[in-house]
Amino acid sequence: MHELSLCDDLIRQVQLLADQHHAQNIARVTVSLGTLSGVEPVLLVQAFEILKAGTAASNARLIINTVPVRIRCDHCGREADVDPNRLICPACKSLDTQLLSGSEFILSQVELFVAS
Amino acid sequence: MCTTCGCQITSGNESQIPVEKSADGGATSVLTRLMAGNDLQADHNRMHFDQLGVLVINLMSSPGSGKTALLEATIVQGRERFRMAVIEGDLETENDALRIRAHGVQAHQITTGSACHLDAHLVHEALHKIDFSGIDVLFIENVGNLVCPASFDLGHHLNVILLSVAEGDDKPAKYPVMFRAADVMLITKTDLSPYLDEFSNERAAQNLRNLANQVPIFHLSARNGEGIDVWLDWMEEQIQLQKQHVKNRPSFRPVRQPDAGLHATRILLSPVHPVSKS
Ligand SMILES: Nc1nc2c(ncn2[C@@H]2O[C@H](COP(=O)(O)OP(=O)(O)OP(=O)(O)O)[C@@H](O)[C@H]2O)c(=O)[nH]1
Ligand SMILES: [Zn+2]
Ligand SMILES: [Zn+2]
Ligand SMILES: [Zn+2]
Ligand SMILES: [Zn+2]
Repeated sequence: MHELSLCDDLIRQVQLLADQHHAQNIARVTVSLGTLSGVEPVLLVQAFEILKAGTAASNARLIINTVPVRIRCDHCGREADVDPNRLICPACKSLDTQLLSGSEFILSQVELFVAS
Repeated sequence: MCTTCGCQITSGNESQIPVEKSADGGATSVLTRLMAGNDLQADHNRMHFDQLGVLVINLMSSPGSGKTALLEATIVQGRERFRMAVIEGDLETENDALRIRAHGVQAHQITTGSACHLDAHLVHEALHKIDFSGIDVLFIENVGNLVCPASFDLGHHLNVILLSVAEGDDKPAKYPVMFRAADVMLITKTDLSPYLDEFSNERAAQNLRNLANQVPIFHLSARNGEGIDVWLDWMEEQIQLQKQHVKNRPSFRPVRQPDAGLHATRILLSPVHPVSKS
């Protein structure tokens, strides 16, 4: 369950942002999660529900945007969405591919409540 | 060692993030890279290792694929070629460390933490307990697990992933996060191959290549010593490379570094909506 330690980091980052902006509360936390990130969305949600207690995120909702695995072929130049265990070029079968997306675990948005 | 090198950098004080207000005063973007605690610690560890000129190798595999046996064979046959130390990540027992120490090699056992993977903080604590004088390479034997360890940079330079012939040639297809990160894949326990005809070296290789991973694949047996010489040649080459890289820093990093991990490169703070209590 490494999602617990990753989520611990996530909540720490979110708490920092809340502190900096003098926010009372966090409404929503949005993360981008690649299917090749090694993080299981279901386990991440569970970890978030456990760890958010007692933090500025205690009432926050976690939104997970799943990012597909996408590659670009250095050989033929094509881009394609692929399965996480088939990262070769589907067109020319080259192994010289770059991962464009799919391995990320990024905090992409935080929505804060600030008393006006 | 840490008083001069910046151990005091923590995820706490790293976060003096400059905030830019957008023109309309609505969305606020934070463009500075925000590093997660583990990655910050990993970079710090790597700085230690580079200052020491030590190559650090993270050994990962399923439980029982032969990581400790490989280390023992490496000590016995590689003694004359390089000097090593070991961090053992088997969190339940001291067994692996005892096996290494029996060969007269320093082994530090990590005995605390969550039982499924090592992280950079655990490695940092351990590294300060090791005497690195004369050491060329530090092996970190990770917890036997093909899932979690792949998500944690330890500050190491290379990932060595073992796949024993007893566990099936489909593992790279089932655990792409782990095998994509391999800098070398070792097919182990080849002495058992005659009894395990369902394991195909070709399929194992194909499953790794399907991850667009072109790293070397070696076949070896810690039991009868077959293939250990090729592995030792590779090791020696990597040690030389690290010594060169350390001279012209920055040193090289694990292949997965550029795009993996909890790296928030851009954080968007939405427009603030005060709670309306109507
Ligand atoms: N036949 C054969 N057995 C091996 C070989 N290498 C290891 N073994 C056996 O496989 C078992 C597990 O080996 P270890 O070296 O402890 O494996 P490990 O990966 O360190 O295991 P964990 O630390 O528990 O994850 C032991 O019984 C070893 O004797 C090999 O090359 N051939
Ligand atoms: Zn192509
Ligand atoms: Zn330090
Ligand atoms: Zn072991
Ligand atoms: Zn774990």
